[in-house]
Order: sequence, then C-alpha cells, then structure tokens
Amino acid sequence: MEKENLLEVKNLTLSFNLSSGVNHVIRDISFNLKKGETLAIVGESGSGKSVTTKAILGLIDDNGSVEEGSILFKLNATEEVDLLKVDKNYLQRNIRGSRIAIIFQDPMTSLDPTMTVGKQIMESMLEHKKASSKAEAFAKTRDLLDLVGIDQPEKRIKQYPHQLSGGMRQRVVIAIALACEPDLLIADEPTTALDVTIQSQILELIKDIQKKTGVAIIFITHDLGVVANVADRVAVMYAGKIVEEGLASEIYYEPAHPYTWGLLSSIPSLNDKGSEILSIPGTPPNLINPPKGDAFAYRSNYALKIDFEEQPPMFKITDTHYAATWLLHPMAPKVEMPLVLKKRIDVFKNKRRSEQ
Amino acid sequence: MSERKVILEVKGLDQFFRIDRKTTIRAVDGLNFKIYEGETFSVVGESGSGKSTLGRSLIRIYDANAGEVTFMGKSISGKLDTETKAFLRKNMQMIFQDPMASLNPRKKVIDSIAFGLDVNHLTKSPVERKERVLKVLKSVGLLEDHLNRFPHQFSGGQRQRIGIARALILEPKFIIADEIISALDVSIQAQVINLMKNLQKNLGLTYMFIAHDLSMVRYISDRVAVMHVGHIVEMGTVEDIYENPLHPYTKSLLSAIPHPDPDSERLRKRVVYSKTGVNYNAGTLRQLSETHSILATDEEFASWQAGTTPPPCF
Repeated sequence: MEKENLLEVKNLTLSFNLSSGVNHVIRDISFNLKKGETLAIVGESGSGKSVTTKAILGLIDDNGSVEEGSILFKLNATEEVDLLKVDKNYLQRNIRGSRIAIIFQDPMTSLDPTMTVGKQIMESMLEHKKASSKAEAFAKTRDLLDLVGIDQPEKRIKQYPHQLSGGMRQRVVIAIALACEPDLLIADEPTTALDVTIQSQILELIKDIQKKTGVAIIFITHDLGVVANVADRVAVMYAGKIVEEGLASEIYYEPAHPYTWGLLSSIPSLNDKGSEILSIPGTPPNLINPPKGDAFAYRSNYALKIDFEEQPPMFKITDTHYAATWLLHPMAPKVEMPLVLKKRIDVFKNKRRSEQ
Repeated sequence: MSERKVILEVKGLDQFFRIDRKTTIRAVDGLNFKIYEGETFSVVGESGSGKSTLGRSLIRIYDANAGEVTFMGKSISGKLDTETKAFLRKNMQMIFQDPMASLNPRKKVIDSIAFGLDVNHLTKSPVERKERVLKVLKSVGLLEDHLNRFPHQFSGGQRQRIGIARALILEPKFIIADEIISALDVSIQAQVINLMKNLQKNLGLTYMFIAHDLSMVRYISDRVAVMHVGHIVEMGTVEDIYENPLHPYTKSLLSAIPHPDPDSERLRKRVVYSKTGVNYNAGTLRQLSETHSILATDEEFASWQAGTTPPPCF
C-alpha cells in the first residue's frame, strides 16, 4: 500500500547575503517524506542539511532568501499549505511545535536553565491548547517522561536541567518535541554531543517512539554509520544539492555516487580488521561561487571531463534509488566503487547469508 | 613482546579533585600501565571516566595526588627541577579536541607553531625559525601560503593539522592526542587519522590516543585500555579487547557501536551495564594472558568467566 506524502519539498533554492557575496547554500533540491517514515539527510558541515530543515520551519535568518521552490505540508486529507508562502504568525501558531517539532544537537542550549523540566514540557501543550487544564497537562507530562524512558517522572518533573545527565536532558528535549503530538519530528544531529552508549539508547528511543506514535522523522547527521538503524530512506547532500537518494539498503549496499562511496569508506569497519579507511581529500567548495559542473568533481578520483563542465542530472537506478553522477550515463566508462568498500559490503552480505 | 622498550610507566597514579569539605572526585584512581615505544595506546571510556584527566596528569597540567610516572627512564612525578621540566616539555606533547580553542585567534599560524621554539630559544635566526616551521607544516599537509594566515581562515580539519604541527615542532617522542577528531566531520576524521598514522611511521612516534569512538580506536591502536569512573577495567591488545572482551563494561561499550550495515543493525542488541555489585576498589588487576588484563575481585572474575555471553558485536 502506497502511503501518502506528508511533506513535499520541490526545487528549493535558497541563498544568504553575506558581506563577501551571495552564498548559494541550497541549490535546487527536491524530496518528499511519507507519513510515519524516517528520512535521514546526511552530509558534511556546510552541505545545507540543517538549513533545509530550518527552511521547513521558517527559521531562516533575515539575510537569507528563498529564491525558488515550495514546501508543501499536508494538514489533513484534503488541505495542504506551502510553508514558504504562509506568514510567520501562522507558522508559530499552527505549525511550529504543534505539527512539526525539532530536536537540536545540544540539549543544554535548547533547555531553559531557570525553568523546571515539567514546566518546559507543559508550556507548549497549554500554548497550543492540547491540554485543557494544568492538571491534565501535568498528567500528560508524566506519561511523556515515562514514554521517553525517564524513571521516577514525578520527581523529575520538578527538577531543573542542570540536575540531569546529558542523555537525560536529550530525553527531556524529545519529550518537549512530542508534547503536542506532532506529525513530523526533525532531529538535527540529536546524538552528536553524546557518548556511544547514550547515543545508542537515544536512537533506540527515537525508533521506539516512532513505532508507538507513528510520527514521521527527518534525521539530520554527518555520520552515515549512525543512521543505518533508524533510516528507512537516506538522502546524501553535498554542496547544497542532493547527490544520492534511496532506501537505506540501497545506499548502504549499492551506493552509486562517488561522494557516498567516500563517506562510507571513511568509516572504519569493525568487521574486517586491518582494512584501510579512505579519506576524501580536500574540503567542500565555497558556495559563493559554486563550481560550474559537479561540485564534488574536485575531490573525486572518479571525475570525468564532463563533471567539470556540466552538472549531472539525477539518474534513475531503481524506482526508489537516484544518484546525480555522470558515471551512470550510458556513455560513461564502467567504474566500480573502491575495492575497500566493495570488500566490506561483501562481508556484510556474506554475514547475512551465513545467519540465514 | 617482552623485549619491547617501555617509554612510559605509570604506577598507582591518583588524581583527585576536592569539591568541598565533604566531596572529593576520584577522577583517576590508582592506575597502573605501561606504554611501549612506537605503539599507539588508546584510552577509551564515556565522558566522566577520567580519560582526559589521565592525559592531563601525565603531561603535568594537573599535579597528581600520588603515583610514580617514569618517562624515557626519568621520573616525572613529584616536584620537577628545571632540567627535567625542559626534558618533559620537549619530549611529551599534547593535541587537544577543539583546535579553535587551542589556537590564539590573533596569532599568525607561523607564530603559533613556532611558539615552542621561541620560549625554548631553539632557533638562532628568523630564517631558521621559518625553515623549521615550514618543515612541520609540510609534513602535516599544509602549504607555505598558510604561514601568514590566521586560524579563522582555515577549515576545521586544517586547524587540527595546525594543532598537530604545533605539537610536532619540538620533535617530541610521545604525543597525547585527546579526542582530536571528535569535533570533525566524518570525511575529515579519516584524513586526520591517516595523517597521524603516517607521521607515526615516518617519525617513530608513540601515541596515547584518548577517544570515545570505538571503531576509530580499533583502526588506529595497538593496545587499548577501557576506563570507567577512574579505573582501567580492562586492558589488552586490540584483538583482546574487541574479540575477547571479558569485562561487562567493555561488552556494553562494544555493543553500543553503530555499524554502517542496516540489516545487522536491526538485529543488534545493546548490552546494558550496571555497576551495582561491582566493586572496582576491591578488585585487583589480573592477567588473562600476557597482554590481556582485567580489574576484578575473585567472585566477579569467576562469574564473568563462567558467563557464556559471546562477544556482542560479531
């Protein structure tokens, strides 16, 4: 059964005015998100992944301007709004917090140090009229803290953020985000500031919550290693463009874009020891004067002559898998992914076979 | 194995911080270990495990409360005379997590890197000074043009390269690298790690690598020590720790590592570790093999060895 789209981003193009010139941060990206689905957006700092989510919530700074595109958000079965067209008041009242909620990287900066945890969770419930009385809000808050795996919720409700550990704080932030039962949860690097053990707890929690509440999730991260467990689909961003998009299994087992190859082979593998990690040489390009052709060509060992002259279109690999690289053109030479990566993926596949 | 030369030996190192009359934090609590010349020794653990404190105590940013540290045959604990201090500063260097915080934003790269030369009066002329800076700068993959720039003109990975150059300028033997890649993007992490590996090969350096990213630690290390609340709970070669972990805390850490493999990720079970019933202070370090040791009391040791739980992540 085909689920319907909750969010559709079409041809979004966005730039910032800086003293040094116009920075073309997002260059014509399109994607969609179905109800109850998790999309991971992966990319380096400066690839435009965070700005994309900020555009969805209308949180772009004053020097930024949307040049083109639309962000359609389904309100109910028949109605949808273009989040780029509505005014800030409407967003604040009807969208932010209530329909789309966001979790940021550092829980300490998103929590108010002078307010108890309970009050911060209840605030948005009362504001958006999701609870009719304080007593009801209190009861809901207790259930929420329980849902996000905080023990002794009655005691925690009265505590301040500084009395909680890092993992605990991030759980509170998630509880705040879930307070109004949003349709879409944006998680912007929610585990980057946390320890491995806490990270894996939080990832499990996010998955668990999705199962229970059916919320759709956009998961922003720079580490492909982290999201294998949570993502249904993955979009890889580079220099303001989506360069590859597909189901998690397609991105991890059959990556097609040289940048995705680079990202995957720079993660050390625990399974085959002694294997090399390959680094991607150089740094992302300056987007004040974006390169003419494929922005990744300058860092790629697989660049063709045409990569420096013309931007590759999205080539279709399967119904769900697309990649923007000239290597997929029928006239391009046959190129394989790096051997290190191929060997590693084979190890994964063999392991699966032996488990069956 | 036993003939390898020891570069650093730590015996009974304690580093406590007194908070008030009632509370003292025992950040590093009676550590014993050796680091051999030319190897990469990694210390892993969660935040609050004392791994960074350990590095800082060794290089004498903190004064340890107790313990004996021998570095290249010389004692570097207690009060140091001028000569030993100079010896320590020259041969042991540290690289920090956030390169922006450890570089002076108003100093040009050349001056930041040459600082060690300047305070120690090691160069005779500006020409020689520039030559030496240029040599390390090139060895970390930066260019001559970069000499007269300021830190804000660099990307994160390049800044960390400057941090590395700064540590290398005095030609030390031993480098403590404290979470040097955690602030970097994944693709840049690989660049910095491969650079560190190359430098080690070319210059014969010994590293103590402090990190919480266990997959990177496996890639770079020869031996690993797992720390938890001030104690080394398990120590051994990479194979010992990653393929035959015995301590439940090590197992729990390993089980939390995410893999870039969606199918096996769906099946991954996290091992939960609870410290209740485990008394680190009563435990003694016991050898499982020549290279592999674990902190445990008799009962703990017996119960862990009897436990048939297989290593979690393979």
